[in-house]
Amino acid sequence: MPALVIAAHGSHLNPDSSTPTFEHADRIRGTGAFEAVREAFWKEEPHFREVLRTLDSDTVYVVPLFVSEGYFTEEVIPRELRLEGWSPDLWESDGTSATHATCTANDTGQTVHYCGPVGTHHAMSDVIVRRAESVTGDPDVGAGVGLAVVGHGTERNENSAKAIEYHADRIRERGRFDEVKALFMDEDPEVDDVTDFFDSEDIVVVPLFIADGYHTQEDIPEDMGLTEDYRTGWETPAEVDGKRIWYSGAVGTEPLMADVILERAAEAGAAVGDALDQVREQTGGAALIEQ
Amino acid sequence: MDTSPYEALAEAAADGVDFDGLRAERQGGQLSVETPEATLTAPAETPRSALAEISKYVENWFFWHQTAPQAAARWAFLRWLEAADANGVPERYDALEDGVTCSWGQLHLTVSLDADGQRRYDLRHEADAGVAVADLERYEDPRDARDIAKLDADGEYRPLKAAPTLRGGWVFQDLDAASLVSTVDFFYPATMENWHRECEGDLDISHWHETMARQTGIYGVIETWDRQAGHEHVEWVAEACCDDSQCLKRREWGYDAETPLETDGGSGIFPCREPCSVVVSAARQWTKQEGEEARTYEFELTPSEKEQLETIVDAVADGQVEDIRPADVRNEANQLRVRFLRAKLFDDDGDLGGVPTENK
Repeated sequence: MPALVIAAHGSHLNPDSSTPTFEHADRIRGTGAFEAVREAFWKEEPHFREVLRTLDSDTVYVVPLFVSEGYFTEEVIPRELRLEGWSPDLWESDGTSATHATCTANDTGQTVHYCGPVGTHHAMSDVIVRRAESVTGDPDVGAGVGLAVVGHGTERNENSAKAIEYHADRIRERGRFDEVKALFMDEDPEVDDVTDFFDSEDIVVVPLFIADGYHTQEDIPEDMGLTEDYRTGWETPAEVDGKRIWYSGAVGTEPLMADVILERAAEAGAAVGDALDQVREQTGGAALIEQ
Repeated sequence: MDTSPYEALAEAAADGVDFDGLRAERQGGQLSVETPEATLTAPAETPRSALAEISKYVENWFFWHQTAPQAAARWAFLRWLEAADANGVPERYDALEDGVTCSWGQLHLTVSLDADGQRRYDLRHEADAGVAVADLERYEDPRDARDIAKLDADGEYRPLKAAPTLRGGWVFQDLDAASLVSTVDFFYPATMENWHRECEGDLDISHWHETMARQTGIYGVIETWDRQAGHEHVEWVAEACCDDSQCLKRREWGYDAETPLETDGGSGIFPCREPCSVVVSAARQWTKQEGEEARTYEFELTPSEKEQLETIVDAVADGQVEDIRPADVRNEANQLRVRFLRAKLFDDDGDLGGVPTENK
């Protein structure tokens, strides 16, 4: 029976960085769909470098808990997993369309189905919407409301912005929110000027980050003007320039993320049986999928 | 498991069994069994009563083939735990009656037999070896080890799982073999696998140079540190990061395959097969810092002040600052002593002896 590895960044400094990874892994473990489910990290242990040897399965599905295709997912993780013959070309991706590629790990001989990052999976759009529902406490949130999907953005990697725009476009096409915009920390349009980009009085801001940390809990709240000092916290909603900002934490902490991880593995060929249904039932995902 | 050990043995004996002193063969309906102490025959369909006197051998065979996790490293770890290769089955079962203990990092592991003769495992901090279970917080789920291992006793984050700062006060009691190895893996990920590879003579070591040459992105700069003559810088890194006071893995990597380090690798039971992410991150800082040229500065210090500065560096490097009592003014690294030194020797810009770091 195959095993599943959830590959995340982790942190040397922030003890909570790995918490969502553990929670999603536990939810998937509970389904029994894999021989084993193991978390692996760049900054914590087990490291990407050593996780495969802890798994007895000959076949392993690896799902990167990262936002976009780029440095970590195309270079660091495959290198550290020692995937033979890996090249980003194997994903045949346009920047957001990677599904999976199959390689052999050269230290263990295991067959590794290396999946695209969770952040570019189409189901992430549902997780973003779910985040908007939970922060506003309104399961029907949308009418009269603007939605900002916020990403790190970096001029070094155009795919970083593409992932954010991909979900903003998809959610906009559904017509549920009055306005949907993709905003960034490090490039235009910048999240600092969030109120300039919306006519709606209520703006839901969902950061497409995997874990809460410096960016989502310090930088973005201060940059948007929710608070002068992140240490004193902020109101939800907070009033900025006469508009109400509903700021959710990192989307990656949403329980429904477990569903996206499973979908990635299933699309790479994992026989997950009814695990998707089980996880959706636990995380309330079924209602979203039907919408 | 529904299958009885005796029926399972009778079935396996068709292909021959030779394990831990137990030999069994099956010919037709007859089972021939031999141990160092006895030679027996039994009807293959109902072997139990005829094999009663060698029940420990049968239970032992069954445990290692049907109950214990079969992944090679974990199986070997469980064998090591009860010194299976050193003792015969009767001696081993006698020892298991009392409990057999081992250390793994800061873990104290005990394997013993329950009322049904089944192996059960107890896992706790080595400092709690003699503490009554009632005085410890009890856990059953291996995943709880992740939370225990996350913060030290002072609530500080432990990014390095093998740092010698595991907190105590807890116990995993009455675990089965699979849960035991799973718990150990959450406390010390991949250590059983690397230890086993080393025992088998095929530990895949990535030495310093190749590990740093592999780095890219913000860590790509580290490779440039190796362009200087010699490898003294790596000795310093190992002395700083890989000492037993910082990490309980036993460092097996050197500068490269031909150049071992003189710095002691530590005495841990499980090996460290390549510079870890903490070493890589620190090496990036040192690479930038070590790119500077040395300069000559001129300060005036009394002999006591020079010694005091040395003591302060030692206290920080050895993690002793927290232990220095607030009014222990005889200790040169005492906070009041250090504040006096700063008041006397530093100017308003924070420059030692009023000497600017950069020439103005």
